[in-house]
Amino acid sequence: MPLDSPVQAERRARTAPPRRTRVAVALARAAAAVSRGTGAGAGGVVGGRIAAALDPDVVRHLGRDRTVVLVTGTNGKTTTASMLTRVLEPLGPVAANRDGANMPDGLIAALVDRPDAPFAVLEVDENYVADVAQRLRPACLVLLNLSRDQLDRVGEVRAVERGLRAAVAGLPGTAVVANCDDPLATSAAMASARPVWVSAGGSWTADALACGRCGRPIQHDGPAWRCRCGLARPRPDWVLAGDRAVDSAGRTAPLALQLPGRANAANAAMAVAAAALLGVDPAAAGARLATITEVAGRYRRTTLAGHPVRVLLAKNPAGWRETLPLLGDRSPVVIAVNGREADGRDLSWLWDVPFEVLRGRPVVAAGERSADLAVRLTYAGVPHVRCADPVRAVAGLPPGPVELVANYTAFRQLGQRSGDG
Amino acid sequence: MAESAVRIGLVLPDVLGTYGDSGNAVVLRQRLRWRGVPADVVAIHYGDPVPDCLDVYLLGGGEDEAQALAAGHLREHPGLRRAAARGAVVFGVCAGLQVLGTSFVSGDGKRHEGLGLLDVDTAPGRRRAVGEIVADSGAGPLTGFENHLGVTTVGPGSSPLGRVRTGTGNGDGTDGAVTGHVLATYLHGPALARNPALADLLIGWVTGSPPPDLPLPEVDELRRERLRAARRGARR
Ligand SMILES: [Zn+2]
Repeated sequence: MPLDSPVQAERRARTAPPRRTRVAVALARAAAAVSRGTGAGAGGVVGGRIAAALDPDVVRHLGRDRTVVLVTGTNGKTTTASMLTRVLEPLGPVAANRDGANMPDGLIAALVDRPDAPFAVLEVDENYVADVAQRLRPACLVLLNLSRDQLDRVGEVRAVERGLRAAVAGLPGTAVVANCDDPLATSAAMASARPVWVSAGGSWTADALACGRCGRPIQHDGPAWRCRCGLARPRPDWVLAGDRAVDSAGRTAPLALQLPGRANAANAAMAVAAAALLGVDPAAAGARLATITEVAGRYRRTTLAGHPVRVLLAKNPAGWRETLPLLGDRSPVVIAVNGREADGRDLSWLWDVPFEVLRGRPVVAAGERSADLAVRLTYAGVPHVRCADPVRAVAGLPPGPVELVANYTAFRQLGQRSGDG
Repeated sequence: MAESAVRIGLVLPDVLGTYGDSGNAVVLRQRLRWRGVPADVVAIHYGDPVPDCLDVYLLGGGEDEAQALAAGHLREHPGLRRAAARGAVVFGVCAGLQVLGTSFVSGDGKRHEGLGLLDVDTAPGRRRAVGEIVADSGAGPLTGFENHLGVTTVGPGSSPLGRVRTGTGNGDGTDGAVTGHVLATYLHGPALARNPALADLLIGWVTGSPPPDLPLPEVDELRRERLRAARRGARR
């Protein structure tokens, strides 16, 4: 059931935004250009802030007459949005917050940057979905998964689920593509008038054990799950089966991904289901995904201090559980952990990561909170050395490939230092 | 008691396990094993009966509904109460503290009966206490992270565990509560990883005598760093 074919979306009459919005957009673009020109950093977000100050309703005006897709969830937002953007690009320009700036200023910046793009694919922080979706009225909301991430900052995961559920209930025209193997994501998406269920594989179940509706533990039985309150896994419209996504009508999208791991296959299945909803042929969508080799610097292979290094991002227990199996057999692992506002200042989550599996290989604890990590590794029985600076940590290793895993701000610092921020 | 393994019960990790609390079980087990005392962790899941034969019971944090469910389960299956009555060691953090108390009021205003192992009552406060916390206790300065709405009053049947230097704790300048071998605190998550003296206090209760020193430079370093950060006002 295509919502609004891409062609229609492009042909739709494009009404001019109000003068106030035009002025806000022009000034925001100018500010962004100046900020970029002076090297003051990601100019877009500055521009977004200016536009929002000049026109409080700028999001609604900027989103008008576009086909908007929002992508949210705890893990995989940047990757899935990037996949959807790649799939939609042959149909026309796509406004996208590729840098992962997923709060309102970042979204405005992305829309301001491509005012004429008929499509917008925006990743949105879970806590801003209600506000943003209310204004943008997206054709589609992709809800990937929900697990704990930065509890001290964003509140408890089940409170996030309740917020999303209320937001979804207020979007009768929006199709919600959700992973039905994730009980919390399902609980939120169940409020939608137009859910599309994707069996993309379970996330880390420890967080979802308590039901979003009643708090009792969810009972799992193979792929099926249910709670005593009646919440249960719906029948999937799409199933991720190995390296392909198949829908209930038998349409198949082969996924020959270059990005590693089960989590990325799950992200791809979600992206294909959303693209199909917008009228894209699933097989063609799958083929487009094979051209992606890195996402905002993640998975990139680079050279650091003379070592070939693969850079991975893992910022919470669920992300770590997906990352650990990707690590090469014997290469040394440098782990960089920060505890800034954007990471969450509470490092308790380190104890939910099974670092025990790293026993038997060289490990370096790095980052601003390497002391917390070192204690966790000590109790996990993983011999390690500590070196707060991740680049010096790499430099101190014997020649050969290195896996470098960093959480959010540690990862961004690395990007800035290798000059491709 | 060294010949038989110390059995550490991880109580309802599927409902009370929000903040890396299982780390406390890992810390106790390792500190025992490194000193040559065999130790095992036994997870007690929701819906299962609670054994009364374990040496230590650990209760973690959880959200309102989960906390109410946990309290209900532990009242219905009296294993933990029976074990505590014969002197077993019980350690609770955050929601675990509230569940061990006489009663707690959840965010929706509903009053729930706790286990009554500590003489404390908890009601929701006006704002959430989130950030680094330092409290002076008989086991030295305790350092940790707190994230809770509860304000806890300690009655005459318990004593506070510590006096808060930085942070909120119970809300009246004290943190946590102790009665006999039942001890609880608002320092959530892996509180025993940051506070080895507290871990060894519990171990001494289990084995009958204070355990020998266990030097871990990584832990000393982390404590120095966190106590320094709290002095600098690294609360958010
Ligand atoms: Zn339920």
